[in-house]
Amino acid sequence: MKSAPFEYVRPQNLHDVCQLLSDSAIDSRVIAGGQTLVPLMAMRLARPERLVDITHVDELADIVETEDTIRIGACVRQRSAERSPVIHQHLPLLSKALPNVGHQQTRNRGTIGGSICNADPTAEIVLTAVTLGATLNLQSINGPRSVCVTDFLVDAMETSIADNECLVSIDFPKTRTKNSGCGFVEVNARASDYAIVAAAVSLTLDERHEKCTHISACIGGASSVPVMTAETQNSLLGSELTDQEIEAAVSHAARQLTPMDDVHASGMYRKRVAAELLARAIREARDDCRSDRHAH
Amino acid sequence: MRIELTVNGKRVAHDVEPRLSLVDFLRDELDLTGTHVGCEHGVCGACSVIVDGDAVRSCLMFAVQADGAEVTTIEGVGNGPGTLSALQDAFWETHALQCGYCTPGMIIAAESLLAQNDNPSDQDIREAIEGNLCRCTGYVQIVEAIALAARNIREARS
Repeated sequence: MKSAPFEYVRPQNLHDVCQLLSDSAIDSRVIAGGQTLVPLMAMRLARPERLVDITHVDELADIVETEDTIRIGACVRQRSAERSPVIHQHLPLLSKALPNVGHQQTRNRGTIGGSICNADPTAEIVLTAVTLGATLNLQSINGPRSVCVTDFLVDAMETSIADNECLVSIDFPKTRTKNSGCGFVEVNARASDYAIVAAAVSLTLDERHEKCTHISACIGGASSVPVMTAETQNSLLGSELTDQEIEAAVSHAARQLTPMDDVHASGMYRKRVAAELLARAIREARDDCRSDRHAH
Repeated sequence: MRIELTVNGKRVAHDVEPRLSLVDFLRDELDLTGTHVGCEHGVCGACSVIVDGDAVRSCLMFAVQADGAEVTTIEGVGNGPGTLSALQDAFWETHALQCGYCTPGMIIAAESLLAQNDNPSDQDIREAIEGNLCRCTGYVQIVEAIALAARNIREARS
């Protein structure tokens, strides 16, 4: 379990990172937290010739609040995001999802950006990014490029990032208003393991907290990339989100899925559990919103 | 590549190959064999060490990534040779180990917890060690040990 030999470089700024990645004569891989790449290298499933460590590039390490978004730098550790008051306040769904990601030792090293670039179909951070409609900001020697996460994710473990591009930051639209709520639910084989299926929901109710005015409901782990459950969302818009309405709406979502079988669960199990998890996440988001009514 | 870091309070400088993992560096170059190698791909937690204040898996880091860092291993948690930290003492007291292979990783994970929370609930304790496998004890006495250590630390302070 030892990695194949490689060259290690630690650029101090983004320009040097892009310069290094633009050299197509050598197979370079970006490393940030390394919590997926290092075991892949140990098992020799990945054998890059050169590792470009981006964790010493200061501009990639910040969480920045703007009027509408929270910008999370590519090297922000999962643990820092978990502890961040700004994220807690403006991205409550991410705050709910993060404790499910790995365990303290891997969250202390692993990054938000690394998880998205790894594009694991069951990854909680990827699911959250899709649910919230995050945008990825990339940089290459040819300049910057921004791409919506749904266009970024191509297939399981596959993204549209080019070999010469480096992720710079992720923009998450702020979601916390006094009429919003969120829910995150997953099933796994044991605490801290990969999710088998997970559901994430972010929704908004009207001023009286009766009717649903916006809902983003997404399932991860039951397809190659997380899916928005468009039919479920449409059928719940304008509804009062009663348990019966939710129950009926999530049956649409199950029909939309054709999940894979693997060693952890059959496709049939994933389909059934996805609908139930989605219902729970929607109820959690609804109750989260209504319980906030007196807090503001 | 030349790296310089602080391990258990001592400055060390070494030339290492980039592919050398941090755990192999600690064990083979510095002879700090208290940190155990289990799965070598981030599943078992036996190799946990503290890097810049947070518990990490030393098999999932290359030594070159720890350049400039402050590392604490199980050898660094007591007050010197022959002494036990509050956690080590509590593990002994509650019989929280059998074969002992996972114990250094468990103690490091717990040290990291108690540094941030000196009054953890059972749930906090279980979450802190959820990334550490033990195949002997069934975890119950490990949870007891960590709760006991927390209590002892609080009492010693008051």
